[in-house]
Amino acid sequence: MFSSILTALIINNVVLSQFLGICPFLGVSTNLKTASGMGIMVIFVTTAAAIITWCLQIFVLARLDLLYLQTIVFILVIASLVQLLEMILQKYIPSLYNAFGIFLPLITTNCVVLGVCISVADKNYSFGQMLTYSLATTGGFLLAIVLMAGIRERLEDSDVPKFLQGFPIALISAGLMALAFMGLR
Amino acid sequence: MKNKFTKSKDKKQFNFSNKAENQRLKSSSVFFDGLIKNNPTFVLLLGMCPTLATTTSAITAFGMGISAMAVLIFSNLTISFVRKVIPNKIRIAAFITIIAGFVSLVEMLLKAFVPALADSLGIFIPLIVVNCIILARAEGFASKHNPFKSIIDGFGTGLGFTVALVIIGGTREILGSGSIFGFSLYNPAYAASLFTLPAGGFLTLGIILGVINFAKERKHV
Repeated sequence: MFSSILTALIINNVVLSQFLGICPFLGVSTNLKTASGMGIMVIFVTTAAAIITWCLQIFVLARLDLLYLQTIVFILVIASLVQLLEMILQKYIPSLYNAFGIFLPLITTNCVVLGVCISVADKNYSFGQMLTYSLATTGGFLLAIVLMAGIRERLEDSDVPKFLQGFPIALISAGLMALAFMGLR
Repeated sequence: MKNKFTKSKDKKQFNFSNKAENQRLKSSSVFFDGLIKNNPTFVLLLGMCPTLATTTSAITAFGMGISAMAVLIFSNLTISFVRKVIPNKIRIAAFITIIAGFVSLVEMLLKAFVPALADSLGIFIPLIVVNCIILARAEGFASKHNPFKSIIDGFGTGLGFTVALVIIGGTREILGSGSIFGFSLYNPAYAASLFTLPAGGFLTLGIILGVINFAKERKHV
């Protein structure tokens, strides 16, 4: 089990190998604090969504032969979960809600959440496997985004040619990171 | 010459549509906006996930682009049709449901007619649902303009996405596998297989964006 965690975390890193969650990875990683906040939110939302969609998949969709509704049902679950989370946070922990601002609704369109849910469904994981996979995968996302934020903060102080500033250099850095992670296979 | 009689005539002209924008937007400008000026991949930098993942070869890039374009056109059309009856609060959820419906449809069609392509695109077909491009166009255009212009916008933006994907995919395929669209160009032994790997995807997109920025700078100087 430890090796499967390690695989999902580093060797098959969700962002650098599986290409999920690139939008927030590039968009939110300018600042270390926001990056880690986003990462932790994703871990939480994904695991919750994975549990719910796993239950739905096994007890509803498969039993009633409604597998073609998978995409629609999953994304609606995720969207409502995010909405619910937003409302709960707003009411009970307003400081956290204000800190995250616009990132919460953004998690709905995060490929990682839907990607993990669909992967779990496709591979027919058991409950324990699903939990491990979800936590390890999103842990990998947190790892990647925090590393990226660290690099980008350093990049701000260095002398990047004007045409490479912003996205291009971020992508090239991500490429180098992916190369590094590849070497761990 | 303006007098009190011409005033009422002017008022009548603008009562046809509740969106004045409808009259001032030409279809051709909508189309080329989506294709070039507001190209979703190279300018708006949206929909990065499928861009990096499905461009290992030109064919998969093309397949992805066309699938996304199909979903974009039909969801734009549908959303534009129902834009006046959807309550504002559940707007986004309704858009996502409509988009998810079309994605499921496209997924089934792909799996039935081109299973090889569906296999190589893998999980990224259902992930078209969360493709920022489609939601952005639904929110930003289809919910505010008539169905005909929405189709044009979907077609233009989708085509822009497809072209961008094929450019990136083609580059990665030529440099990484020595072929283009399956036709072998040179001995693959000389190819830098790095480019078909994830790292190569990041590097290729970064360099292409850098080149585009460079070209933009030169134009303005």
